[in-house]
Amino acid sequence: MQDLKLKAAEKRGIHQLGGDELVGWDEVTQGIILTSFEGDASDIVHKKAEERDYSDFNSYTATVASWRVKKPVFNIDVCIDCQNCWVWCPDTSIISRDKQMLGIDYDHCKGCEVCVEVCPTNPKSLLMFNEQEDLETALSQWPEKKKKEK
Amino acid sequence: MAEKFDLNEREVWDGNYAASQALRQARVDVVAAYPITPSTPIVENYGAYVANGYVDGEFVMVESEHAAMSGCVGASAAGGRVATATSSQGFALMAEVLYQASGMRLPIVLTVVNRALASPLNVRGDHGDMYLGRDSGWIQIDAFNAQEAYDLTLCAFKIGENHDVRLPVMVHQDGFITSHTAQNVYPLSDEKAYEFIGDIVPVDDMLDFSRPVTYGAQTEEDWHFEHKAKQHKALMDSRTVIDDVFAEFEKLTGRKYNRVEGYDMDDAEVVIVALGTTVETARVAAQELREEGVKAGVVGIRVFRPFPFDQVRDMLENAKSIAVLDRSSPGGAMGAFFNEVSAALYTTPNRPLITNYIYGLGGRDFSVAEAKRIFLEQKANADAGHITTDIQQFSGLRGPHLGYFQTKRS
Repeated sequence: MQDLKLKAAEKRGIHQLGGDELVGWDEVTQGIILTSFEGDASDIVHKKAEERDYSDFNSYTATVASWRVKKPVFNIDVCIDCQNCWVWCPDTSIISRDKQMLGIDYDHCKGCEVCVEVCPTNPKSLLMFNEQEDLETALSQWPEKKKKEK
Repeated sequence: MAEKFDLNEREVWDGNYAASQALRQARVDVVAAYPITPSTPIVENYGAYVANGYVDGEFVMVESEHAAMSGCVGASAAGGRVATATSSQGFALMAEVLYQASGMRLPIVLTVVNRALASPLNVRGDHGDMYLGRDSGWIQIDAFNAQEAYDLTLCAFKIGENHDVRLPVMVHQDGFITSHTAQNVYPLSDEKAYEFIGDIVPVDDMLDFSRPVTYGAQTEEDWHFEHKAKQHKALMDSRTVIDDVFAEFEKLTGRKYNRVEGYDMDDAEVVIVALGTTVETARVAAQELREEGVKAGVVGIRVFRPFPFDQVRDMLENAKSIAVLDRSSPGGAMGAFFNEVSAALYTTPNRPLITNYIYGLGGRDFSVAEAKRIFLEQKANADAGHITTDIQQFSGLRGPHLGYFQTKRS
């Protein structure tokens, strides 16, 4: 069973985009400059996403799950860890560690289907399902390996 | 370390050269430029200073004015001291990025050599480009001669980079009349000039890797209004900083600048309100008319944005008849400058008579004789107690009289 909050730090996807508390003009940041992290970020490049202290202005802390009508589902039993989906995902929503595909960041995935398109396995390790489909049902519907056509 | 540039106590410089020397003395880090007449020599000279080792800066040649201002935005967001120059069509092409720069609160200095906007294509000076920038959120300072172009460019860095301001600043001068007329200019020494401006202290600079920031975020109806309000307040609040910088500059040089300049205004009954070199022409006319007993005075707007609504009012409220001169094609309305001065005066008890002259488009010469004629028309208005001419008139135009609207006050 996939953990749907896979590799999420405490603050990942905690608020809807634009759904923040609306403050007055005197409290907005100067020049709409938004900080990405809390505190000193000098070493941030060496930290994994779930270890970083993202600020409330960073899109990491926002969720755009509601933008999605279909979602990709990942089947770890078929995946060959080729990292194609990780390379191609336009929203950095494929979670991979030590070159092992682990799953999908559903807070930021917008359901574009690019990962499914570029997946080379047979059957594919990523397939699109209705947003409401639960993981167990989705995995139970996984297709068989296709025979080569002569 | 930059080579020493020898300066005399008195130099003979045109406005362009004066502005370029100010950029050198400010030790600008990055100039991204696409030269255009008549401001070309500003960046051309700055490029020569870089090439000859007189300043340790970067000169970035770009493919358009849009790219020039975009390069300035990037360099300024990175934390550098940044400047460029433009005119007319180049200014128009920059327009989109001007709003980006002010919205991001980047203290870029833009030296604008005012030139008419096509069509018809024209390289001479009028204020069409200056007016195009009037809602862009920049501070706009106007120099009337080469000395002022030098002085005010130095002041521009100190004003814009002040942490209570953090706004981009334009320093305007009239195309050719100021930019290409050699005059006596008294420069500061490099040390004094730089000491006056000081080091830039970056804010939210993108090269601070310990604190990564996002520039140019999107906001919709839920946030945009608040950000623009905060920006407007910064522009309005910059008035006191501008006054402080002008006061400090006076201490250093003895040259006193005011956001609104008044000449012979103590007892003036008839007044010309103008921008740029026209102020100096009108001053000559006023002095000559005073010898004939006409109480003539001149008001020049030094800081066009933030518009000195209260100071304009204080300066003009006791006059009898005022001519506001717009050197920009009004495009189907009263002159914009006339409208702004009128709005200020409408809130005074006396509400002096006020008329609008469109003049000098495309560099058409504005003479002392023309200024005198305008003064005398104000004298006639003052004597009659009402406006005796059309409220808006074209002045110095060939062909039949062109004017619009008559007063309802009598």
